[in-house]
Amino acid sequence: MSGENLPNIEMVSNQACLLTFSRVISEATSNYIAQVTQYLVKLEGIVDLVPSYTTLLVVFDDDHYDRFAIFKTIRQTIEAIDPNDFSVKDQREVVIPVYYGKEVGPDIEDVAKHCHLSISEIIQRHSETTYRAYAIGFTPGFAFLGNTPDELHVPRKTTPRLKVPVGSVALAENQTAVYPSVTPGGWQIIGRTPVNLIDWGSENLALIAMGDSVRFEPISRDEFLVQGGQLDGF
Amino acid sequence: MAFKVIKPGLLALVQDLGRHGHQSIGLTTGGPMDEVAFRWGNALLDNHDNSPQVEITFGMLTLEAQANTSIAITGADLGATLNDRSITPWQTYAIKKGDILAFHQPIWGLRAYLAVKGGFLCDPTLGSVATVMREKIGGLTGKGDKLKKGDMLAYQADSDHQQRSVPRLAIPNYGDREIPVILGYQYQSFSSLERANFFSSDYTVSSNSDRMGYRLEGQEVHSDLKGIISEGIAYGAIQVPKDGQPIVLLQDRQTIGGYPKMGCVTRVGGSILAQQKPGDIIQFTPITVDQAEQERHLQMARLAQWR
Repeated sequence: MSGENLPNIEMVSNQACLLTFSRVISEATSNYIAQVTQYLVKLEGIVDLVPSYTTLLVVFDDDHYDRFAIFKTIRQTIEAIDPNDFSVKDQREVVIPVYYGKEVGPDIEDVAKHCHLSISEIIQRHSETTYRAYAIGFTPGFAFLGNTPDELHVPRKTTPRLKVPVGSVALAENQTAVYPSVTPGGWQIIGRTPVNLIDWGSENLALIAMGDSVRFEPISRDEFLVQGGQLDGF
Repeated sequence: MAFKVIKPGLLALVQDLGRHGHQSIGLTTGGPMDEVAFRWGNALLDNHDNSPQVEITFGMLTLEAQANTSIAITGADLGATLNDRSITPWQTYAIKKGDILAFHQPIWGLRAYLAVKGGFLCDPTLGSVATVMREKIGGLTGKGDKLKKGDMLAYQADSDHQQRSVPRLAIPNYGDREIPVILGYQYQSFSSLERANFFSSDYTVSSNSDRMGYRLEGQEVHSDLKGIISEGIAYGAIQVPKDGQPIVLLQDRQTIGGYPKMGCVTRVGGSILAQQKPGDIIQFTPITVDQAEQERHLQMARLAQWR
């Protein structure tokens, strides 16, 4: 995938356009979107960029560009990207320690039952896979991580919880995620991390960026507590 | 020096033009629901475009001035009084120490803007003071709080008042219920019959409408798509969930979502929409990007010329 694969560009308002790179979710598409985002973010008059699975929303200053100018600028920028520059060299690996188990993961037994696996097999399968951050949204710092192994696919809860504690590690269909703040949520919770996913004082603000690879590392209850993990919240 | 909050009202929030550049981490923009009114407020006082103001929804807010200054009120007519005498929006007023400024109940529109000479003094978080309550960011405390009793809205004292008002032609008509929509996103996935239904029907503003989005009740519209892969949501996007009732996503919208969209309400249209109350009736009108650009340029040019 490179410059020859230009996305479809469509105006969605007089201040925003949507770039569609593909109709299907793939790592290659996601890498390409992450790369295009890195180039566009440097341009003057770009107000906001919202990368997602197969698309990139570009919000621009309409004092700076009209629709012809923004199309042209985007095309030129993408065409100028060197295909050989397309590598995973900028991709970071983020490791998230997780205390798995019933005490902080009230759905882990149901997940095990649904998947016909033991709890330790769930933990093993979840933590031996490397995931990709396909999109960040829903709430600040919430990373949609795919793809979970087939054996771990579980539906969302029929009734979402009104409050999911901070740091909850959860599964839904072919995705996994960590809740960065207390929000309602319908994913199946299997554990909790002591790590902050969102830090307003840091330069990057969010621990996980789109395009990052993410791994989960099982830790004990003691390690969880030493790292500042909280047990309450339900 | 400051305005002291005597009564906090229903919902009064410090806003500027929004927190931009952080949607890629899922952080929404916030900002004034009626951007047209907000921009005029700052223009009336020779403030910077982005100077912090207070967005007052519904009313019931009482403030006491602790020093002389000039203010401008724009947006809705919330039955404002200055020392118990009625005052009208879209102009400036001289404020003396000890003056009581109160906003009562909506007479025309829903959201008023209070601008002060030089802007309210408030520390930005991530480059903006825009308050987003859901994300606990911005405002006086930086933690997304709405105004509460006893809060101090700081400003630089100033006795050099200039009497000014917005030209009548430039004042938006909040009684105008035609909301312009740019067809974009997945409108092709709505059949021509569904589109015709959408643009020819009355929609009632639901009581579940807020700064995140305006929910509408009326003619159901359905896309041929069951759902879409989640994608970034622009300001004004009209999302249509399974029940067929459109939702217009506004300043505090979520950054990404997976429902099909009919199109996008323009900033000018969004400003008019945000002045409608639950129960009010609106209609949507399709316009081209070209028309939206012209409308916007006309409005910005009017402001720039007046300045």
